[in-house]
Amino acid sequence: MPEKDYEDIPGTFVFDADRSREGYHLNQFCISLRLQKNRDEFNADEEKYLDKYPMTAEQRDAVLKRDWNRLLALGGNIYYTSKLAANDGINFQNLAGLMTGMGVEKYREMMLHGGRPIDGNRYKTEWGDED
Amino acid sequence: MARITAGVGCSHVPAIGVAMDTKITDQPYWKPVFDGFEFSRKWMKENKPDVIFLVYNDHCTAFDASCIPTFALGAAAEFQPADEGWGPRPVPVVKNHQKLASHIAQSLILDEFDMTIMNEMEVDHGLTVPLSVMFGEVSPEDEWPCLVIPLAVNVVQYPAPTGNRCYQLGKAVRRAIESYPVDLNVMVFGTGGMSHQLQYKRAGLINREWDQRFLDLLTEDPVFASQIPHVEYLREAGSEGVEMVMWHVMRGALDDEVKEVHRHYHVPASNTAVGHIILENVAA
Ligand SMILES: [Fe+2]
Repeated sequence: MPEKDYEDIPGTFVFDADRSREGYHLNQFCISLRLQKNRDEFNADEEKYLDKYPMTAEQRDAVLKRDWNRLLALGGNIYYTSKLAANDGINFQNLAGLMTGMGVEKYREMMLHGGRPIDGNRYKTEWGDED
Repeated sequence: MARITAGVGCSHVPAIGVAMDTKITDQPYWKPVFDGFEFSRKWMKENKPDVIFLVYNDHCTAFDASCIPTFALGAAAEFQPADEGWGPRPVPVVKNHQKLASHIAQSLILDEFDMTIMNEMEVDHGLTVPLSVMFGEVSPEDEWPCLVIPLAVNVVQYPAPTGNRCYQLGKAVRRAIESYPVDLNVMVFGTGGMSHQLQYKRAGLINREWDQRFLDLLTEDPVFASQIPHVEYLREAGSEGVEMVMWHVMRGALDDEVKEVHRHYHVPASNTAVGHIILENVAA
């Protein structure tokens, strides 16, 4: 296997074929929430709705807990997990506030001031212990 | 003969569509975003295309994870705006130039680009937001001012097609369009970007200098720009910034030398740097 040249970017999951394979059922569940009738069914009984998707116990737990970062670590992709967030009334920007741990207000403030700067955010080595 | 007169590069941030749909474009947050499209709307009226060949990506809306075509060409008669989880956008159905689309599909495949052909497809904000910003508000009962041929590119699952492949595809699209024996004014749109990351702890990344350099290169040295490797987009412009490969299809469809008639850049729209450029074929 060739080495992945994008694995040293901090705070980032690159959704490649390996992640796509791992997250397949999770992502298929998320995209099902695009349709109102499925949202209604899911919101009426989350556990029962999730039974239809053979995801791992860990993925299922992350869905139920709305653990947004763990969903990504377990093969979820942001365009899919954002459908679950939309179901909960959370838009892309507020979701980013949650995933970064900054909170909605601080995150919005950062964006208004030009966003997260690139300097210091290119390589994992620049982030020290954190990934 | 059909001819390509101009190319448009343009972000397709969903929140821009929401701002237009909820009529808050005059708010201080949004005004600078929309001010930069005032020229463009006038320019669109003056240069009225018959057809837009619109390169965009689907954001896990029409395509789920079960099938991931790298290049999918819209051949259906029309395309409904999709429900992306908060109801479909209140904009008109998108109508195709179906004959030209079939001609392009056939030409591209014989030109060795192995296209997927879509005879049924809904379209998401990736396609409708560029139309909205360039044409202004159009009510769902009205019609878009021109026909649209969609080309959906996979940029969600890594790897997206390379910048070079996109640039070469643009050249093949031009050969296809210019061999269509009806006089049509065709514009090519490349959409997505600019720098943005929507996910995980580095979300919110913006790289103004990199974006500006990308726009400069796109105009002046498109071949060099087409050689930018994926890892550079991911690292420098954010994981979702890789959408910018789609701009190379647009650039490839234009002359080597073009006239940049308009540029707009603003941070932020939601999580994203908004970029926009209009390039004219001088000889056209
Ligand atoms: Fe996009």
